[in-house]
Amino acid sequence: MAEFLQFLISGLTVGAVYALVALGFTLIYNASGVVNFAQGEFVMLGGMVTVFASAAGVPLPLAALIAVAASIMIGLLLHRLAIEPARGASAVTLIIITIGASILLRGLAAIIFDKQFHKLPAFTGDAPIDILGAAVQPQSFWVLGGAAVVVVTLYVFLEHTLIGKAVLATAANRLAARLVGINTTTIMALAFGGSAAIGAVAGILVTPITLTSYDVGTLLALKGFAAAMLGGMGNPVGAVVGGLLLGLLEAFGAGYLSSTYKDAFAFLVILIVLFVAPQGLFGRRAVERV
Amino acid sequence: MRALLNQRLLTLAVLAVIISLLPFVFPSSYYFRVASLVWVSALAAIGLNILMGQAGQVSLGHAAFFGIGAYAVAIGPTHLGIPPWAALLIGAILSSVLAYLVGRPILRLKGHYLAIATLGLGVLVALVISTESRWTGGPDGMPVERLTLFGWRVSGSYTWYWVTGALLLVGTWIALNLDETPTGRAFRALHDSEVAAQVVGVDVARFKLQAFVIAAVYASLAGSALAFMNGFINPDQAGFIHSVELVTIVVLGGLGSVVGSIVGAAVLVTLPQALTVFHEYEHLLLGLIIIVSMIFMRNGIVPSLSGLFLRRARS
Repeated sequence: MAEFLQFLISGLTVGAVYALVALGFTLIYNASGVVNFAQGEFVMLGGMVTVFASAAGVPLPLAALIAVAASIMIGLLLHRLAIEPARGASAVTLIIITIGASILLRGLAAIIFDKQFHKLPAFTGDAPIDILGAAVQPQSFWVLGGAAVVVVTLYVFLEHTLIGKAVLATAANRLAARLVGINTTTIMALAFGGSAAIGAVAGILVTPITLTSYDVGTLLALKGFAAAMLGGMGNPVGAVVGGLLLGLLEAFGAGYLSSTYKDAFAFLVILIVLFVAPQGLFGRRAVERV
Repeated sequence: MRALLNQRLLTLAVLAVIISLLPFVFPSSYYFRVASLVWVSALAAIGLNILMGQAGQVSLGHAAFFGIGAYAVAIGPTHLGIPPWAALLIGAILSSVLAYLVGRPILRLKGHYLAIATLGLGVLVALVISTESRWTGGPDGMPVERLTLFGWRVSGSYTWYWVTGALLLVGTWIALNLDETPTGRAFRALHDSEVAAQVVGVDVARFKLQAFVIAAVYASLAGSALAFMNGFINPDQAGFIHSVELVTIVVLGGLGSVVGSIVGAAVLVTLPQALTVFHEYEHLLLGLIIIVSMIFMRNGIVPSLSGLFLRRARS
């Protein structure tokens, strides 16, 4: 039982990070139709900027704030300089552009920071908390709680503010949104900024547990994309559930079956899910118009 | 039709001339090595372009087949005593069987779902390769026995330049011809509109699967060639990053353009070599060049440039 609980909590912790990356994917995808492979780079930036700012003597909360602000800047620049000029290009062209952006950001991070691994101190100490026999790092609760706050904030923003509703309208139908007077370019910029902020928060929360370096983004983008697809692309609830599910799969797979094939379980399950439900778990069956 | 035939022959002739003239301007064997790498990458990209550009199906896990081809010629002779040339064939057969079996369910998926499924397939194959270290040497990779054909030991960057160059010519020839066969036309039809293709009687599932298998065989042969050429192989060749590189070559060069794949490979293989003089700015510049060229030549280098020339010629 203690073992089960241990895997459950570590799975949920990793899953929460995947969920945040997937949520970032979904936000950008809904507003602009772009699958942003540079999403993992925001997570990297969140962690790295916090590490270097706090190493320079800035207190941790302020360093985290700087990191989020810097990531939002990068997100807006990415939209303004790379996505906006390529408006109307095919989906695969846009994907290659975001892959180029992720290579560029990784190169930039290697120059500005370095190529070492870095750690942040846990927010509230390292002493493990005993829960029914499972030893849980306090930072796990920060990750889970932080992720929950992000999800709730995003929900309130989308459902209960005018700008949020404009984002939803743009996601539903870009042309119709423009016709009722929504500036869809601003909305897309907002989505990139918001998605960068979500990624940065994930990076800051998880760095005390997993460490960070200039190249952690690739694998996270991969897992985040997988989580988003597992839930059904474009569905925020699906993204969160997909992320948590992916984290749990990895934790239980690694714990009970084989730790060397940890990454395999997630992708094996994704393949099986897609064979059975080609639109993901929560995706709507798309009706193709001819 | 005649004009088309001539254009095809012209493309092949130009490629053959370029391959045979380049050695005259190459100052050192390093250049032969880089050029061979271009030919090998181009071969894999041409295959992937048949799937992506002609049949309109994306694959983010294509390096898996590259890896299977590479590891077949590594494992076959070393562990099983199979002659290297036979191992190459076995690799190609294994790749096509895997593509056939997995392709059936995977190719029903569309768009981003197809992307993640192929990505998953690629990750799984790469993971098996880097984990089963008893056979594959694990993350460190393993040495590959030299290829011997009829007592001729194929080795040296100069020899491999010609072997890979010849392979590329054959691959290009097949791809160019394919474009003009009923199969090629069926590919294009389902690229333009799957529903329309189905309505006029194209067996959509069958042709998608064919394109997938063809692309897998191309990648597998390219992988085998690279393994022989380097005499060494590691799991990176089967990994996600390499898959992304292959897709980038295809899109950068131009979807659906055979020449584009060769140009794309030339750019993406030589660029990092040229950029090494900038040391730490290498990745920064590579990313920048990819972004800028995709923004200004969003249909890929070759289609964009040839469109420009045609417009110039007309005005």
